[in-house]
Amino acid sequence: MDQTAPVLSVNHLAVSYKTRKGDIDAVRDVTFTINQGENLGLVGESGCGKSTVAFAMVNFLGPNGRVTKGDILFKGQQLRGRSEEELRLLRGADISMVYQEPMSALNPSMQIQDQMAESLIAHRGFSKNDAYAESLEALKKVYMPDAEGVLRRYSHQLSGGQQQRVLIAMAMLNNPALLIMDEPTTALDVTVEAAVLDLIAELQKKYNTAALYISHNLGVVARVSHKVAVMYAGEIVELGTADEIFHNPIHPYTMGLMRCLPDVDAPKGTRTLHPIPGRVPSPANLPSGCIFAPRCEQFRSECSLEHPALVELQPGHQVRCLRRPKDWEGVRQIWKMADILKNQAPTERNEAVAETVLNVSSAKVYYPVPFKTVGGLFGMEKRQYVHASDDVSFSVKRGRTLGIVGESGCGKSTIAKAIVGLEPIYQGQVEFLNVDISKQINKRGIDSIRELQMVFQDPNGVLNPSYTVGDQIAFSLKRFHTVPAEQVRAEVERLLRAVKLDDSYYNRLPRQLSGGEKQRVGIARAISTNPAMIVCDEPVSALDVSVQAAVLNLLVEIQNTRNTTIILISHDLSSVRFFSDDVAVMYLGRIVEIGPCETIYHSPNHPYTTALLAAVPRPDPDAPPSRVRLGGRVPSAVNPPSGCRFHTRCPFKIGPICEQQEPSKIDMGAGHFIYCHLSPEKLINSAA
Amino acid sequence: MTTENLAAPQKFQPPNASKIPSRLKIASQDFWNNLKELAELIFSSPTAVIGLFIVLLWVAVALFAPLISAHTPLEQDYKNINKPPTALHVLGTDNLGRDVWARVAFGARTILSLGPLSVFVAFLVGLILGLPAGYYGGWIDETVMRALDALMAFPTILLYMIIISALGPSSFNVVIAIAIGGAPGIARLVRALTMDIRTREYVAAAKLRGDPDFMIMLREILPNCRGPLIVDFLLRIGYAAFYIGTLGFLGLGLPPPTPDWGGMVQEGHSHMTTNIWPVLSATMAIVTLVIGLNMFADGLREESMRYQ
Repeated sequence: MDQTAPVLSVNHLAVSYKTRKGDIDAVRDVTFTINQGENLGLVGESGCGKSTVAFAMVNFLGPNGRVTKGDILFKGQQLRGRSEEELRLLRGADISMVYQEPMSALNPSMQIQDQMAESLIAHRGFSKNDAYAESLEALKKVYMPDAEGVLRRYSHQLSGGQQQRVLIAMAMLNNPALLIMDEPTTALDVTVEAAVLDLIAELQKKYNTAALYISHNLGVVARVSHKVAVMYAGEIVELGTADEIFHNPIHPYTMGLMRCLPDVDAPKGTRTLHPIPGRVPSPANLPSGCIFAPRCEQFRSECSLEHPALVELQPGHQVRCLRRPKDWEGVRQIWKMADILKNQAPTERNEAVAETVLNVSSAKVYYPVPFKTVGGLFGMEKRQYVHASDDVSFSVKRGRTLGIVGESGCGKSTIAKAIVGLEPIYQGQVEFLNVDISKQINKRGIDSIRELQMVFQDPNGVLNPSYTVGDQIAFSLKRFHTVPAEQVRAEVERLLRAVKLDDSYYNRLPRQLSGGEKQRVGIARAISTNPAMIVCDEPVSALDVSVQAAVLNLLVEIQNTRNTTIILISHDLSSVRFFSDDVAVMYLGRIVEIGPCETIYHSPNHPYTTALLAAVPRPDPDAPPSRVRLGGRVPSAVNPPSGCRFHTRCPFKIGPICEQQEPSKIDMGAGHFIYCHLSPEKLINSAA
Repeated sequence: MTTENLAAPQKFQPPNASKIPSRLKIASQDFWNNLKELAELIFSSPTAVIGLFIVLLWVAVALFAPLISAHTPLEQDYKNINKPPTALHVLGTDNLGRDVWARVAFGARTILSLGPLSVFVAFLVGLILGLPAGYYGGWIDETVMRALDALMAFPTILLYMIIISALGPSSFNVVIAIAIGGAPGIARLVRALTMDIRTREYVAAAKLRGDPDFMIMLREILPNCRGPLIVDFLLRIGYAAFYIGTLGFLGLGLPPPTPDWGGMVQEGHSHMTTNIWPVLSATMAIVTLVIGLNMFADGLREESMRYQ
């Protein structure tokens, strides 16, 4: 083997998939190299061919995909055209892979130790006991707490973060020369993600492994990658060092991706997001000339004539664009001005006169746990409950946004569903426009149903695939008799225009829409009844960044024009900061901190909030790594920890008091409350 | 290139930007596109094409039965009893001197009307039971499903025999029997699909506009079950044809002298050693129809699952 050759060198790679409508070139002319110890980040929106590139390396393209052109050189050796048997020997030994879904990457019917040992026995001929011992070492290398215990567990007994640690340990077992990671942290919570990213960076440095890191998240790539390749519709449009890409992007697509990210450090109303118009073209239907031309705001006529080649503008910085850096200097200045709004202090616009729209007091949402024995049916077993939301109280004023943040399983979605009436409230009171709505939706009056609408998370589930867009919005107009029957059509078209879709969408079926467009129709449906309040449950988390920006801007606009009250449920602190006036942080069914958004970002916080803020990946390779990291996992909500529920993971735990007493409310002033045993002076301001 | 002309960027114009078509045009285009997609789907699977061809052949035979047979199924030719095929009787005659081809052709009418009808009734019953069971869950689900389990505990053919012997053999009662026998399986399928679809967010959205439950089940859930249900419907017509034949053979089908494939086998099987033609024709008819329906359904299912 050639030792001087780069670990991986891909030249003019093209991959095509066979479909019913003919062959589709999903990836074209992709060229990059990865040297020892180097991490190449591959970023781009979904459908840009990132995962296809990764799968082509190990020939996992499925029965209908194949590499049609180009070379894949691993340490100077051609991988393309190798037999399955030769590749099998490489995979797991010299090349290993970490996948997106840790749960489905582990075999649920095997103990962790057997799964890990398999690769050692197969590739290095270890005996079973040696393999177990080696696996234990590997788990210790990834700082797995209780490594011995974990070895004997099954995958469902581990948390998502632990599973991903196991997979990384497994991938590192044979000390591979190349590690391919396909969105390894996307399915994880932000606090867990931060810890896994730390680990990846550290292991790579220690073992000098080359890595191909695929992510849609620019912040994550900025944390771990040395080089970044930006992919668009199957081509690399920009390739350079992380520094160059993040501080000095040249391709308009890269710049567009940066401009549409909400900034966790910018308060509401000071910035507008700048979405990239349009959508990624299907590889079956590419525009002629530059493939980004239809979405490019700096389009010029020559762009649609000539397909630009990847040009090396500076050493190590390649761009596929006809424009040159000097062309951009003036434009960047204009953009910067446009993105930053004049500080209009929107939080003060109507604070004094605003009435309280929603008041939740001590709401509890419990789910009964199914009985374990038959005796339970006859009262011989104590009923157990999942404490999904416990004693949650807050109120929202008209025209304001309350952001609810927390990790998955903290009960934020549950409380949202309980408010709109999709889940029963076990105890407590919810008052909406001075009407008690503590009951489920089928027992509520039509007026409170109309005034309280919801925007959902999954764009693919939000619209009924059997009806056209127009019909689905019309259903709700007809239901509430919002307009006379003969005006329904005109009203639907008006609503479509309000969410920036034109009339032609009226007759489209949901499958003809992109994710962002579906989400807009969902929003149009929610505002069709002209509600006083909209509950948005993770409205943008399933969307691409460029589309996220458009949807967030739309929600801001709707709030500004209609004075709608909004509850925004999100795990993404950047979009919460962008859009919220008030923030509630939830942990394990309880609110641990609540207050006006700016106060929370500028004054001392609950330790959990501090950890959440520290974990947000920032799209800047120079951002200092943070100090606070959370270990462990969220405990079970069936038997939540006594005292302060956060005490099992709290880095600032002070002693037995945390385990015994429920923390009291600390008033930080200006409506900012923290539930913690620490004295206010000892709490840290995480923004500082 | 200078910064001046950058300040006023040109708008991208797609090369073939034509004027926006009218809504009616879009709607009719959608219809034709859907039809085209369906045809493409069927024609990309050889199995489905062959199955569809066989089924259409039998449909044509049933439709044009009086035109393609020289005799009526009931007229008796006393000079030709139990005769092998001749120019006069293309598939020979049976023990009463009736033309076998005419009886097969008219028998296709019977089976192709009773089969789909009985399955349709079974689907109605299955939907009425399965939708609420899947949608509400809990004790409604338990009650309905345990009752259906009890019904499914009977061997199918035994169940049919019990029902027919209680009600008496007639085409109406055959439909009832097959509907009762098929409903539990359909209800289970519908229940499973409903349990999946009721968690979708568009169902939550329908609740949030205060739609009553039956409307959610019929408007939001049922249309989205259609794929698996159509395949199941086609398969079940095949089974129904098979069971109608069996009932006919057991003497529980349509009362004579109605032309009925199962009945033909029953009447002809005691003369099989001297004249195999009535039995052979009727069995081949049942076999080809059932195979055709099965191939069509399987081909459709496989082809729609591919490339996913």
